[in-house]
Amino acid sequence: MAKTNEETKYLDEQDKLESQFVPNTKLRYMEHRGNRNNMWRIFNFVLLAAGSLLILSPLWWMFATSLKTMAEVMSYPPSFFPESWEWTNYIRAWNAAPFTTYTINTITITTFVVIGSVVANSFIAYGFAKIPFRGKSIWFAIVLSTMMIPGFVTLIPQYILFSNLGWVNTYYPLIVPHFFGSAFYIFLLRQFYMTIPTELIEAAKMEGASHFYIWWKIGLPLTKPALATVAIFSFNGAWNDFLGPLLYLNDENLYTLQLGLAVFKGQLSTQWNYLMAGSLLVLLPVILLFFFFQKYFIQGINLSSGGK
Amino acid sequence: MGKRKLTMRRKEGIYGYIFILPFIVGFFAFTAGPLLFSLAGSFTDYNITSQMNFTGVENYQSLIMEDGLFRTSLWNTIYYVAFSVPLTTIGAIFISSLLNQNVPGIRYFRTLYYLPAVLSGVGVYLLWMQLLEPGTGMVNLILGWVGIDGPNWLYDPDWTKPSLILMKLWSVGGSMLLYLASMQGVSKNLYEAAEIDGASRLRQFFHITIPMITPVIFFDVVTSTIGGFQIFQEAYIMSGNGEGGPANSLLFYNLYMWNQAFENFNMGYAMAMSWILFVIVFVLTIINLKLAPRWVHYEGEEK
Repeated sequence: MAKTNEETKYLDEQDKLESQFVPNTKLRYMEHRGNRNNMWRIFNFVLLAAGSLLILSPLWWMFATSLKTMAEVMSYPPSFFPESWEWTNYIRAWNAAPFTTYTINTITITTFVVIGSVVANSFIAYGFAKIPFRGKSIWFAIVLSTMMIPGFVTLIPQYILFSNLGWVNTYYPLIVPHFFGSAFYIFLLRQFYMTIPTELIEAAKMEGASHFYIWWKIGLPLTKPALATVAIFSFNGAWNDFLGPLLYLNDENLYTLQLGLAVFKGQLSTQWNYLMAGSLLVLLPVILLFFFFQKYFIQGINLSSGGK
Repeated sequence: MGKRKLTMRRKEGIYGYIFILPFIVGFFAFTAGPLLFSLAGSFTDYNITSQMNFTGVENYQSLIMEDGLFRTSLWNTIYYVAFSVPLTTIGAIFISSLLNQNVPGIRYFRTLYYLPAVLSGVGVYLLWMQLLEPGTGMVNLILGWVGIDGPNWLYDPDWTKPSLILMKLWSVGGSMLLYLASMQGVSKNLYEAAEIDGASRLRQFFHITIPMITPVIFFDVVTSTIGGFQIFQEAYIMSGNGEGGPANSLLFYNLYMWNQAFENFNMGYAMAMSWILFVIVFVLTIINLKLAPRWVHYEGEEK
């Protein structure tokens, strides 16, 4: 409904524009332009529709392949629609590897990462946005500059550090660093905090509230939408992380879904129906999250581009 | 009064540092410390079990002068960045300009085009391995419809990197949204004026839209260049668990570094590699920053 409103508003504006500014002698010309605009919009629509089929086709293919029999997967030419819908592929794929264990492990890690990211980055961002102190701009420049450092430069020393701490084959290396903030989220939340009027915080301070109290009671609730964005992004990051678990986890009982899928690929090699079923199950939470919390994804992008 | 104010300010200062303390601790423990360690380590023969023996610039020397695989990996990475950055930038601008119009169902289109950008990880890599299967995959099936005999993609050394670029193009949605947001910020008056002057859509696009979104193009090019140099996960999975693919055509810089560090345990060597990468990325970013004033248009700036 909203879109049609938008559309009519747009057309109204166009009409107004034409009647207001265009002398009568030019009207015929403008009419011609209007037709051309309509042609353009139809062309645009067709292009978008064709493009979205192209964008969606890999996902449909994944779904279709996951339901095919092995004979059909290997048949040539391949088809977009499975002959028989083998839903049992999903059960077989799930049971072919300890996916239940992997899921529990992944949820465990992801939960801690999300909590750490939300709490730590919100805390740090409050400091940068709402407390004046000497050296703030230097520290904020350091925050931003850490975004430029390629991850692999610090990866090897971090590995040596964590292995000296005896943390290899535990979840600590995958979780603990997230409790110390990360540049992108600090930046994002600071942008959001900037939109909260300082008077609100000044008033609370007059009442004798400490910054901890203000952060907890005012900062956190008022930045909920931005925190949701951080939660979703960090969920996505932890859920899809492959490098970290690959480096730090050796014991198969500790494996995450991403590692599990890689192992699964090694075992099944070309049994694409099971591989696609497994992959789709691993992607499903992210797809669902996207459809339910789309606006927080988009908000994150907009905030990172300068807080519009 | 003055004294009270001073102590207030000092108290605020202490509070400020308490709040950013987690970052400061993390910065020293996980970034600055490791950075210095790897710089020092790059001049040693450290391999985790032995002591660190100082070997001078030997690692750097043998990397640059002798190591053929190092050159291969650097070449592969530059190839990937040189094609993927311009293609994804142009692709994202093109799609976002289509999405910046008033057509029916535009909200749904925006959602659909963004969806692949949020999907990542091993599941997506496996999906593309299947899509790119020469005989039974979808990509060559579709190419066949338009009469193109598709290549062997991940099995042909000439086509492995284009395979990864194609996969990357599928997920341009993230930067597409950035462009869309900035296009929506362009003042309507500019287009109306151009319209009355009789400027065509194409002229409007190149003379109004593109100049107005150059700050976002700049941001996108810088970040995706930095990101492109660090390609690892997809190469690891799609080249058969880090083996580098046919004729080492997927042996990217970070993949080779990974193999040196965690397969061969040549940690000192790998740390030297990581610093070379750091310098490359740093220099490219500086070049980008220096070139920016020539083409990036900031509103309100005197020309």
